[in-house]
Amino acid sequence: MENSSPTSAAPSRTLATPPRVARKDDTVPSPTLIDVKGLDFYYGAKQALFDINIAIPDRRVTAFIGPSGCGKSTLLRCLNRMNDLIDGTAVKRGEIKIRDIDIYGPAVDPIELRKRVGMVFQKSNPFPKSIYENIIYGLRIQGVKSKTKLDEVVEKSLRGAALWDEVKDRLHESGLGLSGGQQQRLCIARTIAVEPEVILMDEPCSALDPIATAKVEELIHELKKQFTIIIVTHSMQQAARCSDRTAFFYMGKLIEFDETHNIFMNPKNAQTEAYVSGRFG
Amino acid sequence: MTAPSHFYTSRHSFQRRTEGTIVWAFRLATYVILLCGVFVIGNICLKGLPTVTGSFRSLKQFPYVTNTFLFEAPESLYIFKHEGVKREMGDTEYRAFREAETARATAEGRPVPEFKAQSYVYAAGGIWPCIVGTVLLVVGAMTIALLLGVASAIFLSEYARDSAFVRFIRLAILNLAGVPSIVFGLFGFAMFVLYFDWNVSLMSGWFTLAFMVLPVVITASEEALKAVPKGFREGSLALGATKWQTIRKNVLPFALPGILTSSILGIARVAGETAPIMFTAAYVVRDKLPWEVAKFGDFFFQGVMALPYHIYVVSSKIPQNAYTQRVQYGTAFVFLGLVALIAGSSILLRNKLRGRYQW
Ligand SMILES: Nc1ncnc2c1ncn2[C@@H]1O[C@H](COP(=O)(O)OP(=O)(O)OP(=O)(O)O)[C@@H](O)[C@H]1O
Ligand SMILES: [Mg+2]
Repeated sequence: MENSSPTSAAPSRTLATPPRVARKDDTVPSPTLIDVKGLDFYYGAKQALFDINIAIPDRRVTAFIGPSGCGKSTLLRCLNRMNDLIDGTAVKRGEIKIRDIDIYGPAVDPIELRKRVGMVFQKSNPFPKSIYENIIYGLRIQGVKSKTKLDEVVEKSLRGAALWDEVKDRLHESGLGLSGGQQQRLCIARTIAVEPEVILMDEPCSALDPIATAKVEELIHELKKQFTIIIVTHSMQQAARCSDRTAFFYMGKLIEFDETHNIFMNPKNAQTEAYVSGRFG
Repeated sequence: MTAPSHFYTSRHSFQRRTEGTIVWAFRLATYVILLCGVFVIGNICLKGLPTVTGSFRSLKQFPYVTNTFLFEAPESLYIFKHEGVKREMGDTEYRAFREAETARATAEGRPVPEFKAQSYVYAAGGIWPCIVGTVLLVVGAMTIALLLGVASAIFLSEYARDSAFVRFIRLAILNLAGVPSIVFGLFGFAMFVLYFDWNVSLMSGWFTLAFMVLPVVITASEEALKAVPKGFREGSLALGATKWQTIRKNVLPFALPGILTSSILGIARVAGETAPIMFTAAYVVRDKLPWEVAKFGDFFFQGVMALPYHIYVVSSKIPQNAYTQRVQYGTAFVFLGLVALIAGSSILLRNKLRGRYQW
């Protein structure tokens, strides 16, 4: 369960935690990295996304919010083609370009794509292997053998995921022995170990307590210096705290996409306003 | 004085009585089954154990002790009276004894003694070739069944998209599980023995038995693969692994304990079925042991003796009496022990894997 659903949040326009005032450099417009144009997506005969147009900036945090079933995860999973794994799914219209390359184009190998567009899941899924083995999984797959290189990556990724100090003495113990929050950060470390460009996070904190959530949010802050991050969340406060831009979805459509503080303080759309103020959703 | 009445005073005494009766009926059914099991196993152990324990014999050289029942080939038993003493001897011993006695008599100038013996086939000696044959059949058949079965389970549950064709394959596999073993025997005879011209051989037996347990192995492997959390696959794929890399590194190892668990049932079946091997792999009697072959290739194309078939032979083809009973129960006892041993070692292996690949 999400630790703070819109209904349990303060119902007024003033949120319990005021939106973090964006730092100067975050407001500087950043070039578009992912450009989605006119996307229609289907699960078999059922259309899940309708004409989505969104330009996601490079090295910023973009939050996807919206009521359950509105298609946030679906769009997220389109971005690294994880939906390909589900029978009968299809992008029927539109395109998704990352650095001007159409990722559904004929010459694109989804395997290569997923190396550059990593994903962190709602339910943390460390593999039942040692912490060390978890981190180097992606590199092992790519055939990296050099022990020094692997050691280096393990330390770098764990430091990057703010987990190094907590686990450095037990790298060879099972990743399942970690706490929930640590497990999720382990999954993030595993993802950054393959040095992707984009990190997709599907409700990464929904199973975590507030302290573990705060740690992950802090981490997201650090990570955006290097990575483009898209985070799906049900927590308004979380979107407000850690994202630069927020997209509000409803019933498979993108309703509004703007600077985060505009979405929360000054939404243009009535549905957005109703949702962020906790009046529906 | 009446008991104080409150909210929870028991009222529905009829319902409670039914409840009690039903529980007792179920309990009774369980006890009856237990009793049957204990009786069968107990009977075999009680009558079979003395055959094994009574067959120890000391040796002049190295292991110094052997068990003639476990480690010798079957022989005919000869029962005869010689110089007023009733004797029981196995084939080899009897022949040697006869020659020695004849030679002694001639040397002493006595008339050559007459030997009138009653003989019982397979009632003397042991069952070593059958043990060897059964172990070979089980190991070979399970290897083939696991290789084929796991491969097809991976295809069905990881790669194949859900289509009418795949559903048809699943249905066919389920139906295969219900085919009587004698039909598999005849199939193996027609296919491997005659059509492939492998004759009555280990190869024919292996494949026949493998096909017989394939449904079990496939269904079990599919279940075990499904039990591996989806997160392991998604997590691996999201890191840029291919499907096969994902399966090999992050799915199959975790499914292995489950696959082994249910294959253990398959082992008991492969070891125990008589019908599939009686036309394809089993000899009534064979003097040579399987490794006594001229060249390596011949190993695969020789028939073997097998425990279940030996039980069938000694129980059905010869008159029943005290002398044959010894072998019948002894063989059954050893057979149970062998199956328990093979299954036990697979369980150990399974537990070891489980310890390593737990989540
Ligand atoms: N595998 C699937 N097969 C068919 N329909 C699906 C599948 N996954 C999702 N859907 C449908 O697509 C729509 C969007 O689902 P999606 O999972 O993207 O919603 P979401 O916004 O992530 O919701 P939540 O906040 O509950 O995670 C829903 O109507 C859902 O029922
Ligand atoms: Mg979702």
